[in-house]
Amino acid sequence: MLLPSFVFIIIVTGFPLLYSLYVSFTPYELLKPNSLIFELPKALNNYTRLLNDPVFWKSLGNTIIFLTVTVNLEYFLALGLSQLLAQVTRGQAIMRTMLMIPMMFAPILVGFQFRWFFNSNLGLVNNALVSLGIIGEQTRIAWLVDEPLGMICIIIATIWMNLPVMTIILLAGTLSLPQETYEAADVDGASAWQKFRFITLPLLAPFTYIALTIRSLDVARAFDIVRIMTDGGPARRTELIWTYAGRLAIEDTKFGLGSAMSWITVIISVGFTVYLFRQLVKSRIVE
Amino acid sequence: MIASRVSPHRRLNSIIINSFAWLILIALALPAVWIILTAFRSNSEINASPPVWIPREITFEAFGNMFGLNPNLQQRVAVEAYMFNSLFVALSSTVVSVAAGTLAGYAFSRFKFRFHTAAFLMLMLSRTVPGVALSLPLFLLFTRLGWTNSLVGLSFVYVAINIPFAIWLMDGFFRQIPRDLTEAAYIDGCGYWSAFWRVDLPLALPGLATAAIFAFLASWNEFQIVSVLARNNASKTFPPGLFTFTEQFTIDWRGMCAMSVLMMIPAIIFVILTQRNLVRGLTFGAIKG
Repeated sequence: MLLPSFVFIIIVTGFPLLYSLYVSFTPYELLKPNSLIFELPKALNNYTRLLNDPVFWKSLGNTIIFLTVTVNLEYFLALGLSQLLAQVTRGQAIMRTMLMIPMMFAPILVGFQFRWFFNSNLGLVNNALVSLGIIGEQTRIAWLVDEPLGMICIIIATIWMNLPVMTIILLAGTLSLPQETYEAADVDGASAWQKFRFITLPLLAPFTYIALTIRSLDVARAFDIVRIMTDGGPARRTELIWTYAGRLAIEDTKFGLGSAMSWITVIISVGFTVYLFRQLVKSRIVE
Repeated sequence: MIASRVSPHRRLNSIIINSFAWLILIALALPAVWIILTAFRSNSEINASPPVWIPREITFEAFGNMFGLNPNLQQRVAVEAYMFNSLFVALSSTVVSVAAGTLAGYAFSRFKFRFHTAAFLMLMLSRTVPGVALSLPLFLLFTRLGWTNSLVGLSFVYVAINIPFAIWLMDGFFRQIPRDLTEAAYIDGCGYWSAFWRVDLPLALPGLATAAIFAFLASWNEFQIVSVLARNNASKTFPPGLFTFTEQFTIDWRGMCAMSVLMMIPAIIFVILTQRNLVRGLTFGAIKG
């Protein structure tokens, strides 16, 4: 039963990963085909170079901040929204469809649109603020340029697009919980808060961890939105690990260095994933 | 009977909940509404300050330009090709990844086997790698195989990308189905296969619908890989197509909004058709006493 899935995964993700692991030990540059040589004494050159690269550490720090803020905010908003929607008696189907609207936007489309909204000269946000008299024509805010506004704009765009994902997982989870438990709680005279705190939240734990894991992994590999909105700039203020890895490998054509960057990132993600996975297993045991 | 039990207090509560939910959803939809409105605006309103909220006149100019109805424009956009390619790739990869993911998810949730945890972790790991890291090695591999600029090749990649998510979702949903139901099916003479087919699968339909929605949208919206693997209009999908509207220093925002609208229509139809299967409490009352 597992075979079909693993065939696909091994070809599409297994092969590129192993290939880039090999390349990461070579000084390979795309425009110099002869540079794909493996020499044992120089094998770790790319890795030591990155660990001494301040931009690498800057992008790692940016990613951690971005990840923490985005996933936490998203979780609390989604938990609230999913519980609200689960209570809705009329028009839940329409609401669910409406909720999914942001999801239907391609990440690069969201990037383009929010870049436009936050544009300092012709963007909707500044135009609205100027016409409301909150800022003057001369003091337009450089949303995507100033620190930390650029990062905040990216976080807003990311949350806007992905809130539905988390909400739908939590909502689907809530709807699949056994109704009998709630009926028993009603008989015992439990308050709404007690039902939420002692029934919904613990029973939802497996869904919560799945949602958090998926979203953390997604946010950690954020690329499209940032690439379009700020492209990591200005002056690396919004550079994330994958935008930096992509820049090294594709734009600077230093495929070897970029692959080393990818592998460092993958190893960090592995640690993180194992941690989340343990939590998931734990939540099942409690159940 | 039921109606008489609803107290006025309860009814007020539900009105508050309903209107609050609507308020939040409408606020969330605003950026999307702005994009849709922009597609139908006249050029002078696009970047107006103060902003014009409700368009003063509706024009289909942007759509006309896109479909090559404007004789003054030399170039036209290959929207039909993007539409066909997007639909082909998204639909085929959704069907295959959901089918494969359901089988594997069932295996993970119901059976214990060697490397159970390791296999599950490996799936999660494949989710840590973004398209930008896969695109270049895949391009090198697909060039050898002759799979670049090919819709089937692209669909193959998307299947692999969507499978881990489908497996987790289905694993979670199968776990929620009471074991007693499956065991009752065994007692009634079902084999493993027919217990899966007749009992577990129908009960996990909400999961199946969710997995299909996510797989479809992920393929529909993917950008990094398609932009590397598809170099011509015969294999490009909508996301790289959006770049038709960017030039070095300017962006045709209205044209891009018009294409976005076109791009979203099939996605909305797919989601509406699929999400009907998300229903509450299918197993309600299945195990009593």
